[in-house]
Amino acid sequence: MTTRVTIPTPLRRFTAEDAEIDVEADTISEILNELDQKYPGLKARLCEENGELRRFFNIYVDEEDVRFLDDLQTKVPAGAEVSIIPAISGGRF
Amino acid sequence: MSFVTGLSCRECGRQYPKRLIAGCQECFAPLKVEYDYEAIGKVLTRDVIRSRDNSIWRYRELLPIDGDPQIGLDTGGTPLVRAERLGNAIGIDELYIKNDSVNFPTLSFKDRVTAVAINKALEFGLQAVGCASTGNLANSVAANAAAAGLPAWILIPDNLEAAKVNATSVYGSHVIAVRGNYDDVNRLCSQIADHYGWGFVNVNLRPYYGDGSKSFGYEIAEQLGWRAPDAIVVPMAGGSLITKTHFGMKEFESLGLLDEPVRTKIFGAQATGCNPITAAVKSGTRKIRPVKPSTIAKSLAIGSPADGYYAVEVITESGGWGEDVTDEEIAENIQLLAETEGIYTETAGGVALGVTRKLVAQGRIKRQDVTVIANTGNGLKTQDALTLQPPRTIEAKLAEFDAAVHELSVTA
Repeated sequence: MTTRVTIPTPLRRFTAEDAEIDVEADTISEILNELDQKYPGLKARLCEENGELRRFFNIYVDEEDVRFLDDLQTKVPAGAEVSIIPAISGGRF
Repeated sequence: MSFVTGLSCRECGRQYPKRLIAGCQECFAPLKVEYDYEAIGKVLTRDVIRSRDNSIWRYRELLPIDGDPQIGLDTGGTPLVRAERLGNAIGIDELYIKNDSVNFPTLSFKDRVTAVAINKALEFGLQAVGCASTGNLANSVAANAAAAGLPAWILIPDNLEAAKVNATSVYGSHVIAVRGNYDDVNRLCSQIADHYGWGFVNVNLRPYYGDGSKSFGYEIAEQLGWRAPDAIVVPMAGGSLITKTHFGMKEFESLGLLDEPVRTKIFGAQATGCNPITAAVKSGTRKIRPVKPSTIAKSLAIGSPADGYYAVEVITESGGWGEDVTDEEIAENIQLLAETEGIYTETAGGVALGVTRKLVAQGRIKRQDVTVIANTGNGLKTQDALTLQPPRTIEAKLAEFDAAVHELSVTA
């Protein structure tokens, strides 16, 4: 199944400046592995050595943060969009 | 003259020159501003500080702008109120309220951070500034941008009350309502900052913006007579203010401006309906589990706090603690502060006071501890948080007034 992944500006130097990348994968974990195949080193930017997502990044499946789903094991439904977004300071206050 | 030597990554230490930047380009962690403390120590003395205006700029060597400030000249210098009646009510002998509900120009602690960020935007020659916000930050960015003559783009969720929107759009800012909740707005905001090259105060101006909060710590220490308190209770949304308040006091210590080392216990306060940071403190981990906020303390309702990790760190290393209170407790404590000290705080202040009382009950704050409660915003902005008795209505007759006085005095 093909999923479109949005890459944030600071990571685009690892993707030849591509902002959107189509990958064949069913879960977030598979998506990260696929991305790393295409662009070696990208996964190490996003994940700690133990495989956990770094706390400076959020990954969304459509509108939902994967930390509210099954983290990296979250299944990506057909047609869903995946966005990788740097965490930023809140501004609600 | 500037004492800023550059920026550095809080995690990997990588150095960057002063520029518009959101985070480390290698590990994406937040950046901090680096200062030449040796040079600052030669010029910034107690006497020099005392000789200056009562605003955040009396500590200007420790703030990250290069030239003279152009806007926000009256920001900061808010009262440290000795709260005897409240202290008697809750069992603390020497209690203070650091009262940023009267900050300039928009009545919240956010005026400190936006004063720095908008001055920095002017120094960078930016064409526009903006932020994602539902409240105090939006008001403050809009006001200071207007004063600076810069267009402001303020992104808000589409379901906000008209009063909050008006308090931002009155300044002539471009207010864009985004369908979704605050987190959707914030997500879009980080993409816009990437795309347009505008200065978003909480995104690519963030390293500078955050340092405005240090002035909260400087003022408390100076107003206490160049000493740090034994305990301080700070409400937490993203978790930045609490870390910067502590850091500011530590900077004063290392510059030799305090008589004794900082031994302040740092206590963080949240609403039970949005408590990712206090939950982490209580479970002994620095790992923040995001939550879906559900609380009347909307100004604290950030489910995924960017500085949560650092907040937990400063709380635990100081020997402090994190606690949270329910919406009922928040409302009750807004009223307690108003009735004992004549200060009308917003929901975040109700959170801070409610948590202080819990900490006293737990024995974590002791009666003899010199304690400061951070009041970060003004109750006039969150009037819907309280349901109060409507006034007694009478005819314009003395007899009816007499009867009302009699009845109300008996029930009082």
